[in-house]
Amino acid sequence: MSTRLATGGRFLDRARPVSFDFNGKRLRGLAGDTIASALLANDQMLVGRSFKYHRPRGVVASGAEEPNGLVNLGKGAKFEPNQRVTTTELFDGLQAASQNHWPSLEFDVGAVNARLSRFLPAGFYYKMFIHPRSFWKHIYEPFIRQSAGLGKAPKDRDTDTYEHFHAHVDVLVVGGGIAGLAAAMAAGQAGARVLLIEQTAHWGGRAGVDQPQIDGKPAQEWIDETVAALGQMPNVQMRLRMMGAGVYDHGYVLAYEKLTEHDPSLAGPRQRLWQVRTARVITCTGAIERPLSFAGNDIPGVMLASALRDYVVNYATSAGDRTVVVTNNDDAYRTAIALKAAGLVVPCIVDARPSPAGELIQTAREMGIRVEAGKGIAKVKGGKRVTGVAICAQAGEGAVLEEIACDAVAMSGGWSPVVHLWSHCGGKLVWDDEKVMFRPDAARGPTGADGALFVLPGGTANGALQTADVLSDAFAAGQAAAQATGHKAKGKAPAGSDPAEGPISPVWMMPQGAGISLREKMWLDYQNDVKVSDVQLAAREGYESVEHAKRYTTLGMATDQGKLSNINGLAVLSDALGAAIPNVGTTTFRPPYTPITLAAIAGVAKGDLFQPVRKTPMHNWHAEHGAEFEPVGQWHRPYAFVRKGETTHDAVAREVNNTRKAMGLLDASTLGKLIVKGPDAGRFLDMMYTNMMSNLAVGKCRYGLMCSENGFLMDDGVVARIDEDTWLCHTTTGGADRVHAHMEDWLQCEWWDWKVYVANVTEQFAQVAVVGPNARKLLEKLGGMDVSKETLPFMQWADGTIGGFDARVFRISFSGELSYEIAVPAGQGLAFWEALMAAGEEFGVMPYGTEALHIMRAEKGFIMIGDETDGTIIPQDLGLSWAISKKKEDFLGKRAQERSHMTDPNRWKLVGLETLDGSVLPDGAYAVASGHNGNGQRNTQGRVTSTYMSPTLGKGIAMGLVLNGPDRMGEVIEFPKLDGTAVQARIVDQVFFDKAGEKQNV
Amino acid sequence: MLTFTCPYCGVHADETELAPGGEAHLKRFGPGSEDEAFEDYLFKRENPKGMHFERWRHAYGCGKWFLAARCTTTLEVFGTYPAQTTEPPQEIKDKISGKRPGWTWRLFS
Amino acid sequence: MSDAISPIGDRVTEAFVTVRGMGPRGMITVRGDLSSSKLKAVCTGLAGVDFPKAGHANCVGEKGLCWMSPDEVLILVPYDQTAAALKTLEQALAGTHYMAANVSDARALILLEGAGGREVLAKLAPVDLHPDSFGPGQFRRTRLGQIAAAFWMRDSETFEVICFRSVADYAFDLLSASAKEGPVGYLVP
Repeated sequence: MSTRLATGGRFLDRARPVSFDFNGKRLRGLAGDTIASALLANDQMLVGRSFKYHRPRGVVASGAEEPNGLVNLGKGAKFEPNQRVTTTELFDGLQAASQNHWPSLEFDVGAVNARLSRFLPAGFYYKMFIHPRSFWKHIYEPFIRQSAGLGKAPKDRDTDTYEHFHAHVDVLVVGGGIAGLAAAMAAGQAGARVLLIEQTAHWGGRAGVDQPQIDGKPAQEWIDETVAALGQMPNVQMRLRMMGAGVYDHGYVLAYEKLTEHDPSLAGPRQRLWQVRTARVITCTGAIERPLSFAGNDIPGVMLASALRDYVVNYATSAGDRTVVVTNNDDAYRTAIALKAAGLVVPCIVDARPSPAGELIQTAREMGIRVEAGKGIAKVKGGKRVTGVAICAQAGEGAVLEEIACDAVAMSGGWSPVVHLWSHCGGKLVWDDEKVMFRPDAARGPTGADGALFVLPGGTANGALQTADVLSDAFAAGQAAAQATGHKAKGKAPAGSDPAEGPISPVWMMPQGAGISLREKMWLDYQNDVKVSDVQLAAREGYESVEHAKRYTTLGMATDQGKLSNINGLAVLSDALGAAIPNVGTTTFRPPYTPITLAAIAGVAKGDLFQPVRKTPMHNWHAEHGAEFEPVGQWHRPYAFVRKGETTHDAVAREVNNTRKAMGLLDASTLGKLIVKGPDAGRFLDMMYTNMMSNLAVGKCRYGLMCSENGFLMDDGVVARIDEDTWLCHTTTGGADRVHAHMEDWLQCEWWDWKVYVANVTEQFAQVAVVGPNARKLLEKLGGMDVSKETLPFMQWADGTIGGFDARVFRISFSGELSYEIAVPAGQGLAFWEALMAAGEEFGVMPYGTEALHIMRAEKGFIMIGDETDGTIIPQDLGLSWAISKKKEDFLGKRAQERSHMTDPNRWKLVGLETLDGSVLPDGAYAVASGHNGNGQRNTQGRVTSTYMSPTLGKGIAMGLVLNGPDRMGEVIEFPKLDGTAVQARIVDQVFFDKAGEKQNV
Repeated sequence: MLTFTCPYCGVHADETELAPGGEAHLKRFGPGSEDEAFEDYLFKRENPKGMHFERWRHAYGCGKWFLAARCTTTLEVFGTYPAQTTEPPQEIKDKISGKRPGWTWRLFS
Repeated sequence: MSDAISPIGDRVTEAFVTVRGMGPRGMITVRGDLSSSKLKAVCTGLAGVDFPKAGHANCVGEKGLCWMSPDEVLILVPYDQTAAALKTLEQALAGTHYMAANVSDARALILLEGAGGREVLAKLAPVDLHPDSFGPGQFRRTRLGQIAAAFWMRDSETFEVICFRSVADYAFDLLSASAKEGPVGYLVP
């Protein structure tokens, strides 16, 4: 059984017991435990079920590489699935539940899949679910969805908070083991601005477990001294529980800091996502031990050798009383020695190498541990727990030589450097035959803005396995990074020493000649249930690329992203293909290193802060007066002001009718306002607009169209000439920033010698449209400037005061009514609006929203950018040729509008559409023509661009683009609807109301 | 997530402070130009694996457009310079030649 | 005419940094030839401070000059002096190619009070706010969350932040949320 040892445990605080829940069972642990160590201390070896076969799964690792120990953590708003038990720190009251089983962890019906495993090989899903095609939607897909996913999705809203932080440093050191400490020390001593981060809660990494000698003292002493020394350096910052998640272009690194999860009593954000900009990244990310592939290597109790000694040394937790060690390298002997030293039984070390030799082997033998050289494990015995192993000759086919009773197996297939962060931005790997590992290829790393490598691997992550090499390599990386950022290297690398080790021997399958029945029980990917036999099948079926084999077998596609399985899997693949490992290569390492939460990525951008909302000065008044808002760009504009007892539709109709009969107020503050000034401003605007603006008289307004260089209509609005060299250009609500940028682009990049300045003063003004037959009466009542027809006729503007407010008044109309658009300083906007409402009461004033605005403009046949245009429409399509200058030699879009496709007489043209039955045409509906196109679809001859119920006319009106439309007045065309019926509409003039324009020009 | 130094205000700007503007040094063809010349101007773009010249606007900063000489594979930035020019500065061309002898891009080398 | 209303009025968030909405401030965008001695003279005369170099702002009390771009400077004056300042500019620069636009009402001003202001901003802006990299006298236009903004330091513990009026609530709420989350302990010990 697994249990807590009476003494030891570097991380434990024995004075602080904590209690926690696992699957509803109350268990005890100690402060300093992870969930994994606490579960093992309670003899809870079984922690979950695998994804495909629902096989029993136990903890296999002690860190971020853990594929099995995943739990649903917390309850309600704190619930989070797929949390690794090996990296989750225990706290009092923690609640965890195992995943992917029903009805219980101990008895899981889904385990029947394991019995069927011979019929569920790699590629099963692809082969099974493709035929018959009709089964997919109603049978296969619901079934797959039901069984997909390990943890449960959270149901409640996350009530925790998250944030981002931007840090700018010279050197970022990822990993706080002895390599990271040495690198940070080198860079820090040199004077560089350094940030050192460590994903766990402890500095020192594995050296704290194995305790090599550093600078002549035990590693722990050196670690403590170095951490203290770094803490004293003002230019060095150190953070624990912070993982280097991803490395991106130009030294951009995402780091993921966990702040409160380990201690619910802490206040503040739960996690912080750091966006680090660094000149150099040093990746001291260590290495991950590889499992060995032998039959039954997935049975709970089979663990990585390093993990077993981590649990003993760090957490005083034994995974079993009798542990067989199986290895192909010297390092696993440290586990045997540590277990033995802790008073546990190690019946045998099974070493695949024929004649292992080295100081560690000598030590183990001297401690009385039996070493079986040249042997392998034929089979692990047990179901939900290891009960023993059968050993065989590694060179043979698996004939059992002996069975040894045990309740744990410590396996080591060698070490793989954590090259993820090196690789994220394109760093290449080289295969090291001697060390049996992929390690960073220093000559082919990611380059930064300066053209030099910006990721520097250090220590074990760079392939160094001996303490002396680790320290000197990492220290050199720290010095190089500091030098690259203009600092002078100082100091010398700490010196380390280890027992001398013999060579590792590559072992990808145990025994070497294992037959199919054994290979079917050798697990590569524990979470996704991918076995040696599956990868071999993929190779036989032609999946020769490692990327294809990965997707066919799902090897490495689990939440651990193949941290344990990748190298073993590709070694099996290369063997099956008869190719060398480096020729097969690895799959791509992509960020993040381990999963990070979406909440951390969102940071504070949720709820009210999800997106900026742009508000006009009168926004709050609108909200208090029944406004239903609609987003227009990031602006929120009132759609309609809905009164008690009204539907939105009623409100819109009331607003239209009242504006046409009495008077309405529209908050037009969102319209873009650009000042264009300078001796060349007229010439410039002649290029910007399709019509002439240079000859506009001071005091007058003109409607203008703006096209992009490829001829398409991009914006429209009224331009006013302010003085001899100043124009004010109105843009659409969503267009102000875009048009401003467009103007600056041409001024800066094409006509940089023209003397023109542009300023965006959109938000300087609150603008109110006073619209309707009573508009003038209201302004005259408020008093001030002369707004009579004679002094201020249609399409003119004037400065003055209205009711004591400084105002600029434009006689322009988008409704067809008598209309004044009045701009006042934004800070006066609300007061001005309220003054208009108060004084307008006797004239029947009502505010109106964007829907009434849209309806009234459609009744008048005015186009709307975004409705009648979609980026493929030229002004000529919309009957706007009158607004295109024939005299100008050039304007943006002119050349493009001469292209053959633009002058094609068959381009669809704008017309009005009137349904025969008075109904409203569906928006975007297409008019069908006779015949079918090459795809068997009905031919089309037009589409609806705007469609409304007109309260003024009491019937549906629409505009649309129709083939040869203007030549087909009176013709009836048909628009099919989604319900299968069709509606008939007559092609008519697009101006439905007041065709002569008499109402606006009074 | 690239970084560029704005040649106008000296800010070492993050990509999120910038707006991209496509290829640099396009020559405008207007009314009266041949179809082919206009098509080249409007649509034809370089898509090199290697040296490239791009337009960027310091949109969240000084608002100015600048040009950048950048390698699309190594991401090395050989320099940024004001947009009021029809060709890259000699200094930047020399710098590229130092590292990429024989490079060419459109009419430049 | 009524008193001008600032978009955030007197909203205050008290946290490890105090976020304070400010009343209206006179702001005039001047575009022109910044090397012109005539332009410099009228600007410095109005603001009572030296003309700033690129990337800098010289601000004292309610007055100041902020370098916005190679051809743009922002003049800060008390709100009620804006019209007079515009008139002075027009008189001084008449006949030259320039633009002066009153943007007082188009902007909102927010104060961050407390040593942690650097960290509140560093949560939102991709800017190096390390004391070695940014200090009083410097001026930065950048991105704050999802909006454009600019800031400078009135003194070593006070930031002044400006943004557009329409997003004043967003900016205030964003800064307040960041302040409420507490210190990071990175830029400020």
